Amino acid sequence: MSSQFTQSIAEALRNPKLTGALGKFSEAYRGNRAQAYAGIDFEALRTLIAERKAYAASHLEALAAEFAANARARGAKVFRTGDPQQVREYVLNVAREKGARAIVKSKSMASEEIHLNPYLEKEGLSVSETDLGEWIVQLAGQRPSHMVLPAIHMTKEDVAGLFSKEINERLSSDIPRLVNVARQELRSRFLNADIGISGANIAVAETGSLVLVTNEGNARLVATLPNTHIAIVGIEKLVALFEDILPVLTALPRSATAQLLTSYVSIITGPAPNTDGTLKDLHIVLMDNRRSEMAEDPQFREALQCIRCASCLNVCPVFRLVGGHVFGKVYTGGIGTILTAWFDALKQSEDIQGLCIQCGNCREFCPGNIDIPGLILELRRRLVVEQGQSLVQKGIFAVVNNRRLFHTMLRAASLGQKPFVDGGFIRHLPLFLSTFTRDRSLPSIAPAPFRDTFRKIPQPRSEEKAALYAGCLIDFAYTEIGEAVVKILNRAGIEVVFPEGQTCCGAPARYSGAYEVAAQNSIDNIRALLEQDVKWVVTACPTCTVALKQEFIGTLESLGRHEALPEARRLADKAVDFSWLVKQLVDEGRLSFRDGEAPLPLTYHDSCHLKRTLHVSGEPRDLLRRAGHQIVEMFESDICCGMGGSYTLKLPEISAAILHRKLHNIEATGVSEVAADCPGCVMQIRGGCDKKGLAVRVKHTAERLAERLE
Amino acid sequence: MFEQFKTRAEAVSAEVHRFATRAQALDFILDFLRSEGIADQPGAYALWADGSFAAALDRKRLAAQVPGLRFEITRDLAAGARAGISQVDWAVAQTGTLLVDATAVEQRLVSSLPPIHIALAETGRILPDMAAGLARFDPGRCAFLSAITGPSRTADIERVLTIGVHGPKRLIIVFIDEAGEADHQ
Repeated sequence: MSSQFTQSIAEALRNPKLTGALGKFSEAYRGNRAQAYAGIDFEALRTLIAERKAYAASHLEALAAEFAANARARGAKVFRTGDPQQVREYVLNVAREKGARAIVKSKSMASEEIHLNPYLEKEGLSVSETDLGEWIVQLAGQRPSHMVLPAIHMTKEDVAGLFSKEINERLSSDIPRLVNVARQELRSRFLNADIGISGANIAVAETGSLVLVTNEGNARLVATLPNTHIAIVGIEKLVALFEDILPVLTALPRSATAQLLTSYVSIITGPAPNTDGTLKDLHIVLMDNRRSEMAEDPQFREALQCIRCASCLNVCPVFRLVGGHVFGKVYTGGIGTILTAWFDALKQSEDIQGLCIQCGNCREFCPGNIDIPGLILELRRRLVVEQGQSLVQKGIFAVVNNRRLFHTMLRAASLGQKPFVDGGFIRHLPLFLSTFTRDRSLPSIAPAPFRDTFRKIPQPRSEEKAALYAGCLIDFAYTEIGEAVVKILNRAGIEVVFPEGQTCCGAPARYSGAYEVAAQNSIDNIRALLEQDVKWVVTACPTCTVALKQEFIGTLESLGRHEALPEARRLADKAVDFSWLVKQLVDEGRLSFRDGEAPLPLTYHDSCHLKRTLHVSGEPRDLLRRAGHQIVEMFESDICCGMGGSYTLKLPEISAAILHRKLHNIEATGVSEVAADCPGCVMQIRGGCDKKGLAVRVKHTAERLAERLE
Repeated sequence: MFEQFKTRAEAVSAEVHRFATRAQALDFILDFLRSEGIADQPGAYALWADGSFAAALDRKRLAAQVPGLRFEITRDLAAGARAGISQVDWAVAQTGTLLVDATAVEQRLVSSLPPIHIALAETGRILPDMAAGLARFDPGRCAFLSAITGPSRTADIERVLTIGVHGPKRLIIVFIDEAGEADHQ
């Protein structure tokens, strides 16, 4: 990560003005969006959109040709090119032919992508953005910080300053007054413009139609008042059929701004009459700029299903803290990272892709059903392949991949940490390591790892065996969680075994793009965990469960290690998450808990992998209730705590800022007990509470349940 | 479906009225124009675009009744008008949306440049949803299809909703129960 980039993150985090409106918007977004989708089956809708857009992505060539033929038949001029420079030149040539001086534009990300404005301005043309947010950003000489809300990083005072300068009049920061200034000022530009430039939200091959969606009404004016209209359309906007407009139009406004529909939707099919009685000179530029290449990529083809609603920005716990000037280039946020890697260059996504904490929230909301975090991980992998890992990372992974060395080092660390340990916490680390403990205390490394403790727990003999996969945190820091898991399983009559050959699940390597390292971890663990014939492989760390159930297979597949796949699949079938298994056991009447006389209030934090990858969120709550707890839900219980594995080490300041929001939401419940199902979350939240001096006890669900075993 | 339309349209700041007859609707419109100070002066006049309702009017008499009410439409006139009146083809209850074939440029001028847009619609032409709405249009015959849902709006400054940026600041929707000539075909 470049130091310049790290610096920009620090600045963004320290500037509350930058993300004030964005933060408020993102907090309200989920509720408002849910209201807008009332009565609509979102899963069915996005499945349909994904299917229609995936069809288009795999027939780009044919659809582009069909679109061009139909639009031409209706009288439009269609120009198709892969090269951004040719797009710029085409627009300039039209302007020259028309003897044009002034251009008005409605919002077009495609034109931002090719930096059209500066090009045309250098050629002496006056170019005015007319979307209010775009105009503000243009006046400020900046780029949009959000794909739908371009100026969300600016305050009304900033806008008042810009407008005052523009119209040479001192303006107050009264928003309706400022909007009216824009109306007056831009109205005369609309009326005097020679050319209107727009993008398009949808392009229909079957009819040659363009769909333009706006709230302000500027696209209607851009397409009506000047006699020439140039629409710049990325070819991923193509759909096959006129009826394909519907699902996109149903999702776009709801996902973008929680509206049922934007104020204006214009469907333009060929030239319509101008105000002087002539027909519109309508030019449609179908721009490729590596989209076809993307469509050929088996993984990234999916990204062409994007409808540019920006909901991945709105629900991202990182984006709302740093905004789009840090998290993105022309295109911002999660999908912006992916588009940057393609439309710009892989190298350009190097810093921003690191911002993704892999919490998976955006994937839940994406109306194009795109696995955005998965694709970002794939970018990370390709970056590592292209550029290699940093030396520090290489060093770390060399250790992690050598189980004996790794474990010996952890044992040594248990002794080495002594000067810093205080009541089970490491509160301060010296020198450059101090960032890690500035905002959270770290757990001390257990004097004896769980693998040693386990030997001292007598096991019942049973036909029904479960192998316990501890994962690093339980093995080396929170051995008590492991003990709780064993106690509960034993109570249900299950014999627990601890395969000694188990090692790190490989998640840190995988999330850093180091797939070769992760693959070796997978192989080692598969061998160790399948050594004995067990019914289940149980983990109390959802990240580890996801590794065992899904990622070992994914990693090995992507490296072409097909010989290892049958065993990986066998392990995946046996791997279960702790809460999920215990819920089954309770439902079968094999376990029960003591009910408290008065329910003990507790708030529950949903771990990212448990809720969104394993789809387990009701089970732990149900178990905790049965064990005598009253659940007091916190705001945004399923938003990441900022742990994200090695994210805390790579981007400690962002991790801490996310943590602070989580702590704030916990405090707001007024309860002093927290449960979570992931030892990583426990570490992050417990450490944050300790550092902040909160009298809050954070425990793993397994510990809470073990306390209440009947 | 009218009630659903009204709820949805009012939720996005449109003003919705309903009249049994064309005569009552006309009275309302003329009263409204007078109350808005429509006059035969620059910036104060109103433009009425073609449509089956407008076609049946005695334009000379109306222009005499409300000075400043005009039926010829140009770009310059639209730019200086206080109100624009037009008839829409269909309404969509689910979203409070008006659908109009706006290929004729007059339709676009009166509904986008003046600060007030009065839209006439027949109550019998309310459709349940956008699927039904789009199905009524053949893009092969309609070069410019406009869907209008409430007045022009923006939230680009600090996410504060502000009505009336580039298009109309007010959208007055007048429903008429009595069917027009065109519907008796």
